[in-house]
Amino acid sequence: MVGALNAALGDAMERDSKVLVFGEDVGRLGGVFRVTEGLFERFGPTRCFDTPLAESGIVGLAIGLALRGYRPVAELQFDGFSYPALDQVINQLAKYHLRSGGLVELGVVVRIPSFGRIGSPEHHSESPETYYAHTAGLRVVCPSAPADAYSMLREAVECPDPVIFLEPKQRYWAKQDLELPVRTEPFDHAVIRRAGDDVTLVAYGGAVAVALSAAEEAESQAHVGVEVVDLRSLSPIDFDTLVASVEKTGRCVVVHEAPRTLGVGAEVAAVIQERAFYHLEAPVLRATGFDTPYPPARLEAQWLPGVDRVLDAVEAVWSY
Amino acid sequence: MTNTSPGLSYPADMELWGIDEPLRVVGADGKRTGAADPRYPDDLGSEGLRRLLTDMVVTRRLDVELVRLQRQGQLALFSPCLGQEAAQVGVAAAMMPEDWLFPQYRELGMFVARGIDPVGIAMMWRGAYHGGRGLIEKKTMPMCIVVGAQVPHAAGYAMGVKLDGATEVVVAVMGDGALSEGDVHEAFNMATVFDLPCLFVVQNNQWAISVPPQTQTHSTTLAQKAVAYGMPGVRCDGNDVLATYSVTAESLRRIREGGGPMLVELVTYRRGPHTTSDDPTRYRDQAELEHWAALDPVDRYRRHLEGEGLWGEPEEEAVGKVAEEAAARLRAEVYDAPDPPVTELFDLVFSKPTKELEHQRAQLESSLTWNEP
Repeated sequence: MVGALNAALGDAMERDSKVLVFGEDVGRLGGVFRVTEGLFERFGPTRCFDTPLAESGIVGLAIGLALRGYRPVAELQFDGFSYPALDQVINQLAKYHLRSGGLVELGVVVRIPSFGRIGSPEHHSESPETYYAHTAGLRVVCPSAPADAYSMLREAVECPDPVIFLEPKQRYWAKQDLELPVRTEPFDHAVIRRAGDDVTLVAYGGAVAVALSAAEEAESQAHVGVEVVDLRSLSPIDFDTLVASVEKTGRCVVVHEAPRTLGVGAEVAAVIQERAFYHLEAPVLRATGFDTPYPPARLEAQWLPGVDRVLDAVEAVWSY
Repeated sequence: MTNTSPGLSYPADMELWGIDEPLRVVGADGKRTGAADPRYPDDLGSEGLRRLLTDMVVTRRLDVELVRLQRQGQLALFSPCLGQEAAQVGVAAAMMPEDWLFPQYRELGMFVARGIDPVGIAMMWRGAYHGGRGLIEKKTMPMCIVVGAQVPHAAGYAMGVKLDGATEVVVAVMGDGALSEGDVHEAFNMATVFDLPCLFVVQNNQWAISVPPQTQTHSTTLAQKAVAYGMPGVRCDGNDVLATYSVTAESLRRIREGGGPMLVELVTYRRGPHTTSDDPTRYRDQAELEHWAALDPVDRYRRHLEGEGLWGEPEEEAVGKVAEEAAARLRAEVYDAPDPPVTELFDLVFSKPTKELEHQRAQLESSLTWNEP
């Protein structure tokens, strides 16, 4: 996935000279995850550059560049380090289009390596999506596989709206044979990753792989047909695809790493009961992280929603 | 511009002016401080010199009108600029029309001098639109409520100007309180590291709502902070419109020629409340207010132009008429102005509304129709 993201940035910069890539350590080092590797050498220090250690300033700089007509792609090095930039993201980036009476577009991409399961210290494994998805004016997207990573990042760069691009760190080393440039479904569409008739599993980012493993197990062990929906976009959420799946299966489980309370799962459950109430055979359940701070690395395997926790929820809705 | 701090010696990129005493060219008595001061903006000509006073008088009159409109329930809130007219008009008058201004919100004098319709400013305070209207058309970004948040935007915009090879200068305006904000530090740092064509103007009006500069910073002056960033700093008498104009013009010239960012501190005073919701008698003395009232920038500059033989009864009468007309038009257009349709909000969240937003707008629209008498 790192290679796909890197290719997407390179191709976007090649195509449009207004595309600029910047952030902490994205230049000579190529980013701490090497997503920007080679861009500094290929496009020079005015198109791919290191900034001072200042997340709020990085987003502020991106806003100013966008006001001037540039297409900034800013990297905030880790999820937990995106929080110092919240004022610039929530009060400025998200609202500038409205504040300008629609006169300016804020085509800014903020890339944030996100989520856990990589054995990192504190603040390196956060699930920040709800903060962003709860803010009007931000598009929030999250690829789960390399092809989507390429296509969705290209689309994010071309989008006239601000896009929070959450990259699931645990999938950075995921492999997929690709012929680039690849274009997958539009980035605000959900996609059915695996068809099934009995239970709908909803996931995004790294949790999609967990959901797919759980689906295979449910099929082989209990002959339960599980459909896996990859949300891809968390704002807006493609409820049409989701509701169609639940209308077919009548059962739904949402999987995410983020703490349960007021997470994406809560919104999904609310909308499904609004729009598919008479199709439901069981309450919508959630297999998620807990309402605690993210655990120290040695405890994360127990804390995170793994295949077992997902299967427990699938079993519960199936036997309801 | 000459260094008036002979006791200080810094390398070329750490130039500081006005630290011991703010730069000025017109004293409190309205007279020139030096007979042949090279900083006196002779280039303005008599018409330009009179124009500054006109803009200051109009600003003051509109400021009064906006307070009245607030007291009559026509505006939700207003932040008056009484006492800061010279600092504001002086900066804006020195800018080229193509230069960009990134304002905070107490910048009425700058808006007037840039030719921005005050009705668009009033509509923000009325609570009709966020950010105001009619600013971007005059190369001025929407008003920014979060203190200091506009300063990194100015740095980013200036980076774009530099990448374009253009000659505009980006002017970011903030108050003394803003210098305590992290965003301002980050922006100063970015601007100097990347050598951006950015002028940072601090209106040190002595009060950040109820907190004086001594509680904001342990630095003796705000201009000296420039040294640590490696940019020149200037401290200027913000109640002297000609010094403000001259310092701004010279700073813009240096920046335009590739000299990199600069910081200008304008020493002035906010004689009104922070906003119409504030009660400054709770935190400051009458004596202080009287001290600064005696240093009034409009009276001082009027005395100066009178002394120079450039202002008299006819000019005073003419400018009074211009100001009254501007105030009357503002009142007529703001008083009971119709609200924009609430549904417009849904159209401006994204470049194109999402399906969910369309749905929510339809929901609101149908409830509004239902509730109509």
